[in-house]
Amino acid sequence: MASKAVYSQRDPMLKKRDDFEDILEERRNSSDLRYALRCYAPVVYKGLCPSKAGTLKSMVLQSDQLHYVIHQVCRETGRAVDDVQEEVSSILEEMAHRLQLSTVRFFAFTLSKVFKTLFRSICVNEEGIQRLQQAIQEHPVVLLPSHRSYMDFLLMSYLLYTYDLALPVIAAGMDFMGMKFVGEMLRMSGAFFIRRSFGGDKLYWAVFSEYVKTMLKNGFAPVEFFLEGTRSRTSKSLTPKLGLLNIVMDPFFKGEVFDVSLVPVSISYERILEESLYARELLGVPKPKESTSGLIKARKVLSEDYGSIHVYFGQPVSVRSLAEGRVNRCQFNLIPRHIPKKPSEDIHSFVNDSAYRLVRAQEENMVLKPWVLLASLLLQNQVSGQKRGIALDELTEQAVWLRDLSRQYGAFLHWPEHTPPSEVVSSSLSLHRGLVRISEGRVQLALGQSYAVTPEEELLSQAVIILSCASYRNQALHVFLRPALLASAIHTASSNKKQEVFNSFSFLRNMFSNEFILCPGTYCMLFTSHWCCVSQDVLVTERGHRTLVFLTSMLDPFLQGYQVVCRFLCEEATEALTEKQFIPAVRKFIIKHLLAGRLRYTEVLSSDLQKNSLAALLRLGAVRKIKGYQGTLKVNTVMVNSLEDTLGKKPAVRNQQCLGSFQNISTLSVFFCLGGKLPTQKAVIARL
Amino acid sequence: MASNSSGGSSDRQRIAQQRLRIIAGHLQRPVDGDSAILAAECKAQGSKPDTSREEKTVPRRRQEIMKWNGWGYSDSRFLFNKKGQAEFTGKRYRLSGMIIPGLKDWFECTFGASLQHKTPATPLLNSSAVQPPTLNEAFVEELKSTGIPFSQDAEDRVFRAHGHCLHEIFALREGKFGRVPDMVVWPNCHNDVVKIVELASKHNVCLIPYGGGTSVSSALECPPEETRSIVSLDTSQMNRILWVDEKNLTAHVEAGIVGQDLERLLNESGYCTGHEPDSMEFSSLGGWVATRASGMKKNIYGNIEDLVVHIKMVTPQGVIEKSCQGPRMSTGPDIHHFIMGSEGTLGVVTEVTMKIRPMPEYQKYGSVVFPNFEQGVACLREVARQRCAPASIRLMDNEQFKFGHALKPQVSSIFTSFLDGLKKFYITKFKGFDPNRLCVATLLFEGDREKVLQHEKQVYDIAAKFGGLAAGEDNGQRGYMLTFVIAYLRDLGMDYYVIGESFETSVPWDRVLDICRNVKARIVRECKERGVQFPPLSTCRVTQTYDAGACVYFYFAFNYRGLSDPVHVYEQVEHAAREEILANGGSLSHHHGVGKLRKEWMRETVSNVGMGMLKSVKDYVDPNNIFGNRNLL
Ligand SMILES: Cc1cc2nc3c(=O)[nH]c(=O)nc-3n(C[C@H](O)[C@H](O)[C@H](O)COP(=O)(O)OP(=O)(O)OC[C@H]3O[C@@H](n4cnc5c(N)ncnc54)[C@H](O)[C@@H]3O)c2cc1C
Repeated sequence: MASKAVYSQRDPMLKKRDDFEDILEERRNSSDLRYALRCYAPVVYKGLCPSKAGTLKSMVLQSDQLHYVIHQVCRETGRAVDDVQEEVSSILEEMAHRLQLSTVRFFAFTLSKVFKTLFRSICVNEEGIQRLQQAIQEHPVVLLPSHRSYMDFLLMSYLLYTYDLALPVIAAGMDFMGMKFVGEMLRMSGAFFIRRSFGGDKLYWAVFSEYVKTMLKNGFAPVEFFLEGTRSRTSKSLTPKLGLLNIVMDPFFKGEVFDVSLVPVSISYERILEESLYARELLGVPKPKESTSGLIKARKVLSEDYGSIHVYFGQPVSVRSLAEGRVNRCQFNLIPRHIPKKPSEDIHSFVNDSAYRLVRAQEENMVLKPWVLLASLLLQNQVSGQKRGIALDELTEQAVWLRDLSRQYGAFLHWPEHTPPSEVVSSSLSLHRGLVRISEGRVQLALGQSYAVTPEEELLSQAVIILSCASYRNQALHVFLRPALLASAIHTASSNKKQEVFNSFSFLRNMFSNEFILCPGTYCMLFTSHWCCVSQDVLVTERGHRTLVFLTSMLDPFLQGYQVVCRFLCEEATEALTEKQFIPAVRKFIIKHLLAGRLRYTEVLSSDLQKNSLAALLRLGAVRKIKGYQGTLKVNTVMVNSLEDTLGKKPAVRNQQCLGSFQNISTLSVFFCLGGKLPTQKAVIARL
Repeated sequence: MASNSSGGSSDRQRIAQQRLRIIAGHLQRPVDGDSAILAAECKAQGSKPDTSREEKTVPRRRQEIMKWNGWGYSDSRFLFNKKGQAEFTGKRYRLSGMIIPGLKDWFECTFGASLQHKTPATPLLNSSAVQPPTLNEAFVEELKSTGIPFSQDAEDRVFRAHGHCLHEIFALREGKFGRVPDMVVWPNCHNDVVKIVELASKHNVCLIPYGGGTSVSSALECPPEETRSIVSLDTSQMNRILWVDEKNLTAHVEAGIVGQDLERLLNESGYCTGHEPDSMEFSSLGGWVATRASGMKKNIYGNIEDLVVHIKMVTPQGVIEKSCQGPRMSTGPDIHHFIMGSEGTLGVVTEVTMKIRPMPEYQKYGSVVFPNFEQGVACLREVARQRCAPASIRLMDNEQFKFGHALKPQVSSIFTSFLDGLKKFYITKFKGFDPNRLCVATLLFEGDREKVLQHEKQVYDIAAKFGGLAAGEDNGQRGYMLTFVIAYLRDLGMDYYVIGESFETSVPWDRVLDICRNVKARIVRECKERGVQFPPLSTCRVTQTYDAGACVYFYFAFNYRGLSDPVHVYEQVEHAAREEILANGGSLSHHHGVGKLRKEWMRETVSNVGMGMLKSVKDYVDPNNIFGNRNLL
């Protein structure tokens, strides 16, 4: 997929995408009630053995897999078989869906009403629907929507119902269970619930995975879950979770099904309902417990214009084709298949790579609205210190430039073709009037309108706007990310030699692999292809300079964010700093520096960024978690320091002395933290 | 030499005749009543004409009775007559001379083929297209002096250059010949073989043992890279039963005897080996040993490895055999297991002592219809669990069930067809069986009458638990008959753009359904991807049951119109199907062997060390690669 993405950047015409159809249009012209009650007869999987939800449960309970684990648990704990069996039944009870057509009809009716008030249109690519319909008949199907909103899975079921397709069963986080009524409703519309964390619970895992596999293998219904595990608060795709993907691929590995079709679905919202909620969350206002009343209140508040939704059903991906030549299925020949086994190294890396490719597929088919480009420009403008904002016509000019650039990079941009650009810009701005202010023909972010009393409160309220805006910019991030990494690498590298640039590129790519979706193991290929298309263009021409500046600015907030986290760890981390305390502490540190004007990007207040940078440092071994001390963090100051410097494009001066004496050690450790990649080592040494 | 022990009471003779009629019902060959079993001396009979010998099936010049570019007897073949009806020619089989009304429709619908589009085979073997032989003069000279008959005739050589893989037959039909043996030699006994092997070793000539020529693993193909003179050692004239030991129930037999002769001759004295591979009309005892063959009735009699008591093999290092005929030995690894499955790479099997059994008093066919394949497999599994499998039990999937129906010959009696119709009604309507899902198991019971009936009940009772419905003896018998004519059908297909093949595997019980589904689906998918215009026939059956698993057969055929290189496409699909089999926990082969066709998977199948072991045996036994057919390793 990475390579495909690259080609498409050179020739945007290569990427053909389907057209959209607005499904709300019909809803506005005909009876919702009749629609909700109409005959519903979806096509089914050709190998389906028809079974009720009840039979499904007993199939799970009687499976060899569960029997094996139950007896294992009994042996290990000395509990009675009956006792464990009972626990299994109740886990299953708690988890299982109770898909009911009547509930679905109820939802179809109410959601029609709700959607029509909230959204201008809900656009779906019907060819994707047709492909899905085909896929459902041939093989078990797994639906993999992106996750940006609570709406996502209601919307998915609503769409499938609308198109007379089999309703999916959906793995939903247990937190919905808190909302009693809604939880039950969701269950009856096909949701099944999983506890958010059950790391060590063998029994729970066994029940859960057997339940999912049983539904999948029998073709009972498409299984739906979110690869990203949870809603992305930043609109950036999250690092995929592998557990469920592993479960749904397992029947293929073991030959229990011929193939499984994975269908990535990209849901893009022009305005996200949870917009400011997310920003607050990222800034540390604790997440409200998901309660029914909260949601209803939210709905009331949100009786506004949320623009349109685009849902793109991607090309079904065959697990069989993905695994071709990568997974040796013979590895399951020598142990009975019902005995649970940890995935082997090659399976694990295969599932991981596939997960990344699927998330990339989601990204690729996300529709971008003009506003996304405006948000990127406005944020860059805001940082450049233009207190009065930017002139509307200048913004329009820049937007048109960026439109063309993004298309060149293969973005799936929905820019109205026959409307003058100025109109496109002003209508986008008006939809997001909560985030921007226009006065005297100049546009800027709507900062500083709060009634804050302390400078800190003021800062936080500005940050809400900035983070909201950033979440829109982030929608376009995947388009520019790879060239931006290269642009930054060119910027950072000590020379323009290809090898030098490659070294910095690899470093950045490695550093940011918790932050962005960068498919594992594609360094070289990625670099080479981008080098070809970016280097000539960017380095030589005048036009290229503008692109270079834009691209590097795109990445700058992240670079600064990681740097400041490093600095915090070097300067303020005490012996007793635990993982839990990390976020509040680093936030305090950042606020201090922001207020003192030492940091450019308010964005670095995002806890998402902070978490990701810590994860990266842990991964690289610059910070270690000490076991048994409530997750105490042990900082390797030398390493963290040199990472900060490498990120900061400047020679290490501050700790020259200290570094001098530790030169060898730190060289080595930096080398290791970069995964032992030789080319990178050179770059780091040069900088040390 | 042991004495003749035919003990031919007329009673036995009668039973023998009766049995012949029942079991080998496909063989209508007249049986000469008094062909007794004789202890024969080995005499080189070089110049004597074959007619002086006892009644045996396979003459030196195979072309006298067999096709050179297709399966079986020259007089027996399927064709579409002027009215467009299928018929089977000849007099040998039950089906011979009959019209098969349903076949045309089935054929056209299944393959999208048409009787208008023919692809006839080259009618005559064009000897001038055959490469002239590379002879090793010194070898030929010395061979002459032994008096062992040999030939350099092109037809003789072409006949021994192939087995019955699709690509082999396809090439013949097009009149294409690759590397063929440079000469054929017909030893008459063990000592002849010893002489031949000695001469071959002395003059560095490559020997390829040839039994019945029914190999389906490219085992008989001459390695194209072989530069030495290649001599095909045809064992067909070593076909005597040397003695029968009734006390120990063993018979000592020359390895070139073909299955039908062995059974017929033993039957005449009231015995049988019970080894009945589907190829038994033509495949030889030596071939069975060399490939680890499996017979349809292995549930009672065992596979070849269970049947042999003693083997004599001539290798370049000398003769290998055991010193006694004890029924079991603990003397290190069993040397028989180096010989069985050696596929002609180590030496020539010349004589074998085999277990024999008194002929069964009673035989009964049967069949059961199941609502679907899953139920059928579950039933077979249960039968195996209870260890009550009949002599043979086979489960065909729905496509094969339909195929079987298409092959029903025209019935003369209105009454039968009426009953037939009723049965169909009963199965498809009454019981709510879906005609597109149901499948059928065929059964063969053997033993004394009472036990057979008891056994039958036990099996039908089990079947009933899985929704199975007894569907009559006829259906069962027809099922078994089909296995003998199916190879003829392939030739018919090839006349009309349809090519196909079967292949097999063995697999643990819990994998049976999965492997069937996945391999069939893989075949369909691969065909589609490779531009095959019409969906292929992709079907399977479970043909043997074991305690821990089953043997599964796949049949696969497609219409190749529009393909420029159909055989290549075919081979790619078969290759993919084999990969699928292995990925689903199936074995590389249950009984067809490895040959050259499946060699590439040997290492992963037996591990590096295993390969090394086999290699070192080869290196010791045959350091100069005299047996140079390059199978297996
Ligand atoms: C229609 C059909 C049905 C079949 N059904 C069955 C079946 O039910 N069960 C089964 O097991 N197989 C079956 N086969 C496969 C085949 O019949 C067997 O592999 C059989 O054992 C081969 O015997 P053959 O005498 O024809 O050997 P050949 O084909 O002549 O030779 C096979 C291999 O054995 C070697 N060989 C032959 N004779 C000797 C010898 N005396 N000493 C040393 N090496 C020797 C040859 O060099 C060659 O490598 C079938 C094949 C066909 C075409």
